[in-house]
Amino acid sequence: MRLLSFFLVGILFGIVATKSEVISWFRIHEMFRFESFHMYGVIGSAVVFGIITMLIMKKLPVKTIDGKLVVYKVKAMQVKRFLIGGSIFGMGWGLIGACPGPMFTMLGHGFLIFGVVIVSAVVGAFVYGAIRDYLPH
Amino acid sequence: MIEFISQPWHWAVGGVFLALVSFLLTWLGRMFGISSIFRNICAMVGAGDRFSYFKVNLKEERWRLLFVFGIIVGGYIAAHYLASPEPVAISPKTVAHLQEWNIDAREGDGFLPVSIFNFSNPYGILLAVLGGFLVGFGTRYADGCTSGHAMTGLSHLQVQSFIAVIGFFIGGLIMTWILLPILIG
Repeated sequence: MRLLSFFLVGILFGIVATKSEVISWFRIHEMFRFESFHMYGVIGSAVVFGIITMLIMKKLPVKTIDGKLVVYKVKAMQVKRFLIGGSIFGMGWGLIGACPGPMFTMLGHGFLIFGVVIVSAVVGAFVYGAIRDYLPH
Repeated sequence: MIEFISQPWHWAVGGVFLALVSFLLTWLGRMFGISSIFRNICAMVGAGDRFSYFKVNLKEERWRLLFVFGIIVGGYIAAHYLASPEPVAISPKTVAHLQEWNIDAREGDGFLPVSIFNFSNPYGILLAVLGGFLVGFGTRYADGCTSGHAMTGLSHLQVQSFIAVIGFFIGGLIMTWILLPILIG
C-alpha cells in the first residue's frame, strides 16, 4: 500500500511539473537568459514554502507516518563535488532543457526521444560510479 | 474542474504544489530526490558487482522506482487530459532570440524544440545523448539534482545544496550563452 502512495505522489508531480511548465525546454532556456520571472517564481516559491513546511514539521513536530521525527541526513561538505558536479549537470540541463524529474514527465507526454536521454543519463551515472575515485570531490 | 486545472498555472501555484509533493514524500518517511534513480538502475542491472558505488539496498529504493513510474503516468495524464489550450507562452524576447536560431517557440506545444530533438535528426539524437549523459554524470557527481538539492536541501537550509545550485547555474549559463550558440545557434 505504501508503495502505491509513492506512485500516486509521482502522478501528482508529473501533473504539477507539466502545469507549472518547468518541464519546458523553452522555459529553461528563457530562465538561463533571464528573460522571464516564471521559473524563478516557481522554484523560489517552492523553496520558500518548503522551508516553512519543514520548519513546522520539525518544530511542532509533525511526525512521519511511521511516527518518526523529520531528520535531514546532512551531506558531507565537499565544495568541489557540488560545484563541479553541479556545473556538469547544469550544462546538461541547459542543453536538453530538463532535469531528471521532467525527463520522465516528458517521456510520459510522448516525447519519446527522452527515452534516449534517460538511457544516456543512466550511462552517465554509470561512468561516474566507475571513475569517481579519480575525480576531485 | 478539469478546465480549471487545464489552464497554465501561476508560478506560485506551481511552487505550492511542488512543496506539497516534497511534504508528502517527507510525511511518508522519504526525502524528495529523483536523480538517485539513475544509480539504482545501474545497481539493478548488476553494476554493484564491479563498482562499490552501485552497491545499493534496492529494497530501500523501491519507493523511488514507484515514484518515477508515477511521474511518467502523471506526464501522460497531464498531456492527454489536462493540456493547456495554447503552447507554453514564453517571453517575447526569448521568442525573438530563438527565431534567429530558426526555432519556433510553439514547437512541441512549447515544451520541446522538436525540429532539433527528433528521431529523424541524427544530430538531434546526438545532442539528446550528450544532454542526458551530462545530467546523469553531473547529478551523481553533485549528489543530487533540482529536487534533491534545490528543493529538499534548500528547504532544510543546507549550504551544501546552495553551493550545488550555484553550480547548476554556472553550468546552465555556460551552456546557454557559450555552447548552445555553437551547437544549435
